[in-house]
Amino acid sequence: MKQFLPLAGLAVLLVCVQLLTQWTGTTYYLTQLTMSAYYSVVIIGLCLLMGYAGQISLGHAGFFAIGGYMSAMLTTRNLITFQDQDWMVLLDKIGFLAARQDLYGEAILSFQPWAAAIIAVGLAGVIAFIIGIPVLKLKGHYLAMATLGFGIIVFRVFLASEIFGEADGISEVPGFTLLPGVTVTGSFGARVSNYYIAWTLVVVAMVMLINLINSRVGRALRAIHGAEEAANATGIDTAGYKLKTFVLSAVMAAVAGVFLTHYNGGIGPSEAGVMKSVRYVALVAVGGMANIWGALSMGVILNFLSLRGFFGSYDDAVFGAILIVIMLFAPEGLLRLNLVAKFKKMFSGGSRK
Amino acid sequence: MTSELFLQYIFAGLTYGIIYAIVAIGFNIIYNTTGIINFAQGEFVMLGGMIAISLNPLMPLPLAIVLAVLITMVVGALIEIVFIRWLDKPSVLRLIIITIGISILIREAALHIWGEGVRSLPYFIGNEVSSVSIFGTRISPQVLWVMGVCTIMVILLSLFFRYTLMGQKMQACAANRTAATLCGINTRNMVTLSFMLSAGIGALAGCVMSPITYTEYGGGTGLAIKGFTVAIMGGLGNSMGAVAAGLLLGLLEAFSVSVVPLAFQDAISIAILLIILFVRPQGLFGRSETAGLREF
Repeated sequence: MKQFLPLAGLAVLLVCVQLLTQWTGTTYYLTQLTMSAYYSVVIIGLCLLMGYAGQISLGHAGFFAIGGYMSAMLTTRNLITFQDQDWMVLLDKIGFLAARQDLYGEAILSFQPWAAAIIAVGLAGVIAFIIGIPVLKLKGHYLAMATLGFGIIVFRVFLASEIFGEADGISEVPGFTLLPGVTVTGSFGARVSNYYIAWTLVVVAMVMLINLINSRVGRALRAIHGAEEAANATGIDTAGYKLKTFVLSAVMAAVAGVFLTHYNGGIGPSEAGVMKSVRYVALVAVGGMANIWGALSMGVILNFLSLRGFFGSYDDAVFGAILIVIMLFAPEGLLRLNLVAKFKKMFSGGSRK
Repeated sequence: MTSELFLQYIFAGLTYGIIYAIVAIGFNIIYNTTGIINFAQGEFVMLGGMIAISLNPLMPLPLAIVLAVLITMVVGALIEIVFIRWLDKPSVLRLIIITIGISILIREAALHIWGEGVRSLPYFIGNEVSSVSIFGTRISPQVLWVMGVCTIMVILLSLFFRYTLMGQKMQACAANRTAATLCGINTRNMVTLSFMLSAGIGALAGCVMSPITYTEYGGGTGLAIKGFTVAIMGGLGNSMGAVAAGLLLGLLEAFSVSVVPLAFQDAISIAILLIILFVRPQGLFGRSETAGLREF
């Protein structure tokens, strides 16, 4: 139970922050905190993959974008012209469709957000599984380049496809009603409730990851990170564990993509860009690689500052500089500067060349 | 397809192909001496072009190019000295992230210095419309410049590695670093030199290609991933393989224009990269036995 205590602290902190913004009349901060929370879900998922399983991915923005774009496309595409087709009747029967009216009173028949979310996240998971089988056989530079390549392909496909809005992306995405009365939407009145929705998602993800890390799976992953051959020799199904972790972190990225897209009411191709993927990696690195609390806190703080426009036109440069400085001076992350020496010993032993 | 169009595609393919080959050789030079894939390789090409464009109004074109190449070489050396030289047995993951960070910093610096606009050097001879006739088709003289300069670079590099003492020292460093150190070679200096050399050839390629392909701050990433594709296709570390693979990729791309929409062009070479990585990570020309000794 001890490992869940910080979560209680987090919950108290979250309520305090919300009350503080209410009290000081700065509730607009909640918008950025909500968005940061969704990005953090991607980051802690990537942290599991990079920090614990030791596999780098420079393509996680791709999974985020697959979730966001698919969900946006399915919930905004008007299928009313097909409504008499057999497959549409079938989809309607199983409750996948929702009819609504747009701003101008025109009837829209599109996928229901729940159905769209399930399809979007499922697709991201399947793609991660298919890509993961060959990609995770690679190591080091090759793994980095292959995942980078995957990310660029996803970016290109979204940028060039008419159905995904090309350079404009998709806008006017409707809200996502999770339960009656609980809707993911960017509307002004729902700011506080959305803050709690986003952070509930983060807490759920954290509980899941903490459980995972402290289980047999987590120990297996750390063994893989330390010495893959040795892990293999002791009977750990290294390929299987790596693949499952890859798929899990991709699914988490896709879920975050779905939620953030409904929250923002749209998504654009920059969400799939290489710089986004690099940013996620940077945040995991700052947090200390194998440290989900570090990844979470750094992810929220730096994303919040970035979203508030704190870095101005040097936004990307700041993340580039962070990457270099952290990797040069504190590869164990900011929160564990004193453990650098120990880390060095451990890492140089496990590295080749 | 008419024979004229066919030849046009061939020339376009060879032009881009030889540029990819130069970028790939840049990867190889650094990989051979350090085992690092330098993710900032494409930025050297961009920097070379950009600096030459800025210097060009101040001095004659050849001098501007020479200066641009020298400045980029200094940048390459500085990168190695500041960010890499003093690291004690860094892990591969750490080096990957550091070179990615460097590439972002160079790109962002270029964005703030030169802006978002697309720039280019003037044509070395004539202008956009001048052309020479070869095999019954008309091509720009700049295409011949690109092919000529790049070919000479490849030849000079292979002579350098084979016949000069410095080149042989670098090769020794690549073959076995410890043994090279025992022979009295300063391997650290060789690593700095390899960064300078690959920055230099990248910058020169960036200058000669600038009139036809244009130069912009973000152009390095695409070139880097294609150069890496070519380096992998040719077998990492194998420069002659890189030339063959570069020309092959260039031709494939040129002919795919007639089949695939332009927007998916990049996706094609990346798809080729992924396929090669999955199926033949030792490269098209590499032997699987040698690949077995290396980790992928």
